[in-house]
Amino acid sequence: MKAEAETASTDKPSSSRSRRTAILGRQPLGLVFAAPYAVFLAAVFAYPLGLAVWISFQDYFFAAPGAQVDRPFVGLENYKTVLGDPAVRRSFLNVIQFLLINVPLTVVLSLVLASALNGAIRGRAALRVAYYIPYVTASVALVAVWLFLFSSGGMVNQLLGPLAPDPSWLVNSALAMPVIAIFVTWKQLGFFILLYLAALQNVPKELYEAAAVDGARRFRSFTNITVPGVRPATVLVVILATITGANLFTEPYLLTNGGGPDGASSSPVLVMYQKGIEQGNPDTASAIGVILVIGVLLISLVNRKLLERD
Amino acid sequence: MATAQQLETTEESTPPEQMVDRSKGRLWPRYLVLALGALIFVFPFYYMLIGSLQKEPDTSLAGAVPTGGLTLDNYSQINDRLNLVQALANSGIFTGGVLLFTVVFGVLAGYALARLHFRGQGTLFAVMLLVQIVPFQLLVIPIYVMVVRTYGLADTYAGMILPFAINSTAVFIFRQFFMQLPEDLFSAARIDGAGEFRILWSIALPLVRPALVTALLLTFIGPWNEFLWPFLVTKEADMQPLAVSLANYISNIAGRAANPYGAILAGAVVLAIPAVVLFVAFQKHFTSSDLGSGVKG
Repeated sequence: MKAEAETASTDKPSSSRSRRTAILGRQPLGLVFAAPYAVFLAAVFAYPLGLAVWISFQDYFFAAPGAQVDRPFVGLENYKTVLGDPAVRRSFLNVIQFLLINVPLTVVLSLVLASALNGAIRGRAALRVAYYIPYVTASVALVAVWLFLFSSGGMVNQLLGPLAPDPSWLVNSALAMPVIAIFVTWKQLGFFILLYLAALQNVPKELYEAAAVDGARRFRSFTNITVPGVRPATVLVVILATITGANLFTEPYLLTNGGGPDGASSSPVLVMYQKGIEQGNPDTASAIGVILVIGVLLISLVNRKLLERD
Repeated sequence: MATAQQLETTEESTPPEQMVDRSKGRLWPRYLVLALGALIFVFPFYYMLIGSLQKEPDTSLAGAVPTGGLTLDNYSQINDRLNLVQALANSGIFTGGVLLFTVVFGVLAGYALARLHFRGQGTLFAVMLLVQIVPFQLLVIPIYVMVVRTYGLADTYAGMILPFAINSTAVFIFRQFFMQLPEDLFSAARIDGAGEFRILWSIALPLVRPALVTALLLTFIGPWNEFLWPFLVTKEADMQPLAVSLANYISNIAGRAANPYGAILAGAVVLAIPAVVLFVAFQKHFTSSDLGSGVKG
């Protein structure tokens, strides 16, 4: 994978040396350096990934360490159970609702704020810090403030007065998921702003100057130059925001007290936790995980195709 | 998170795009948008702090600008319930372990991926990228089966650290930075007879110090803020990191406390402060490009 000129040219390779090179590569020491990381990836990524798929096809249950138990292969049985379960279907629909709110909002707000920040001369550093502070702070800590702000007697309702929703935000089945979607947008936005800020540096300045000479208004040059100019970053933002959404757990667990009211804000990972660990059915939980991974990969592929054409 | 490289290469020093519009008057809408945005981002943090200092929760607008009556009672209340020192120590050990493994093995792996040629290099790089796309949460069930059920590592620091031990984003950042160093540097050192370990330690590492800071900051917020995994492995209260014990407090006990929000917010402040302080202190490094321009020239 490397193209650089190499030190090997300074050696006079003997035949045994060249055989070793053919088997291990030119610098076998690299194997030693990379080995701990490779073992780590095999143990906590590759093997669990395979295990997840395998468990999802078994009648699997927890047993004491070392105990010999029969875990028969059941084919697609777990997938049938999962897809027929209204709570699981609800959680997938919830996450789709989440993504429909979160992803467009994330793309628009982070691009607008990034390009505003890109042009700001004074206070750039301080503003940038202000924007990414929620991103670096624990969800658990931020959820605490949002619980306070959005509780029925909280500041948001105090401000709205008679306009406050009833039942209040987090216990209202129509509003719980949108509040979570907005919370996650707010928390993650700083990271995406940094991403767009980096992408904006690659948009040629001459394009803006030419547009200004042609008398284009700022909004026109935003839609005609900035938006197409950062399209590769947009693909990335959409994919990463989708992955974040698919991972949703902490927010429904804490903000809406376990996906409430009545499952209106449950997420697939939350249902995975409830079924797999609370109720001791790792097989159906793994099936949910596999479906979710396939779903995320499909959405990512479609995004790439749609956004990267031409 | 495969975007670290882009973050790294941000050119903060380039002249802003709207050098074209010279009239000062047209700048104000931009600053209005930016200031409104900043207010929305920062206000909850301010409110967290104020809420944690109030004896009685005051949710009116005036309550956000208290004129007196601030107290540290909420902090001692949450401390009585959670044992903040123990929880912080657990968070620290969890985070410290991950940082240690990432620095030692992540740097070695990043260096090998960038600068050495060995069998399986391409595969390792591909898997490293894949790890960033397949989210951890989806592997939670099989990893739980392995760590807790098969190896019996529940309620241990080892079980907590294991799945996070080497941060792949950090390995990726290390690789990108080692790649940017000029090849001449390495061939010269090799001709002088320096071993790879020596080259890594005394030549390459000092040159990539900014990458080290960035990677460590990103690695820090992973375990420090993580909730789901330590929540699954730790059932004993005195093994739980702060994020987990605070979350348990929110979902179980809060209803019975005298001023639940005050205590919750006090815990939230303690949990938030280390990350916020680190990122404010090192904010220059978080997007710095000094190294990029330093070696490209």
